[in-house]
Amino acid sequence: MIVRILGEGQYDVDGSDTAELNRLDTELETAVEHNDEAAFTAALHALLAQVRAQGSPLPADTLEPSDLILPHPDASMDEVRKMLTDDGLIPG
Amino acid sequence: MGVMKRVSLVFKAKANKALDKMEDPRETLDYSYQRQLELLTKVRRGVADVATSRKRVELQMNQLQQQANRLEDQARKALGMGREDLARAALERKASAQSQLNDLQAQYASLQAEEEKLTVASQRLQSKVDAFRTRKETIKATYTAAEAQTRINEAFSGISEEMGDVGMAIQRAEDKTAQMQARAGAIDELMASGALDDAVGGRRDDIQSELDMMAASSDVERELSRLKGEIGASAPKQLEGGANGNSQASQASQAQDQRQSGAPYAPPPPQAQAQPAGIPVSDLPEPQDGEG
Repeated sequence: MIVRILGEGQYDVDGSDTAELNRLDTELETAVEHNDEAAFTAALHALLAQVRAQGSPLPADTLEPSDLILPHPDASMDEVRKMLTDDGLIPG
Repeated sequence: MGVMKRVSLVFKAKANKALDKMEDPRETLDYSYQRQLELLTKVRRGVADVATSRKRVELQMNQLQQQANRLEDQARKALGMGREDLARAALERKASAQSQLNDLQAQYASLQAEEEKLTVASQRLQSKVDAFRTRKETIKATYTAAEAQTRINEAFSGISEEMGDVGMAIQRAEDKTAQMQARAGAIDELMASGALDDAVGGRRDDIQSELDMMAASSDVERELSRLKGEIGASAPKQLEGGANGNSQASQASQAQDQRQSGAPYAPPPPQAQAQPAGIPVSDLPEPQDGEG
């Protein structure tokens, strides 16, 4: 399973053990829903750390689309909300 | 559905929308490659812009540091002259320069980090663009139209995700640079207004003026007492009799005038810089007009 951390690159993560990733992802989503910036930052950093620990970086010259994409570490909740809308941050 | 999946779906939707617009697969490949090259140029320009901005901040930091040093020096001099009020004013100004400096240091670090990130992004994009070009030629040469379409979709999704990522990184860097430039401009204005005093431009600030004036007036005092001593020794009566016709007494009264108004003699001695900033020389009273 390929996971991209925006601004950082892609990781090849073992797809057989995604429980921890999913748990942290749910935490992240809950934080966004509750508008809790502190919880959001904590969950995001934990999630990114988990991806880096569990995965290995993909070589720069691979052209694989990612299965999952994660915001960059300094992203604010507002930025992530915009990323989730179609005409948001991501340039077409 | 989690955040990770939703973000990736948004990326995929963007790529698919772009793909759907293309009818001929070769057109997709060539068009995409053109856009990749444009993005590469843009990201390199982004790196250069951030570097320029960082250098400007560096320059300002140096200026502020020089100024903080100079203000401390002034405070020391003022204390040496027994002027605690002036020393306090200099130290207050130094604190303000110091806090600007601390702010700039934080911003400098963030610009530096941005520059590094963009540099890495630019290298990664370069690798992917190279890989895409190779794959583009292979696809064109080897596969049937149907197979080509699948391969193209894969390559295109992969590169378009990278391009989206790099595009956002450039946007972030641009935003930070713009903020930084606004801030740098504000500090330049502050320095120009004299509120922070421009140490490099060689302008004299009011604390320095007052220190200079004190030094000048103590010179004047010394001169005055020397002259008084001379006069007292030779002709005490003439001093009581008024200044008219007596060149020495006239000189003494000139010196006194200067002490009161802060105006220099004409032609001005080196202490001319001591006059308060903003008052043109022509507005000052003419020294000893028509007398003597």
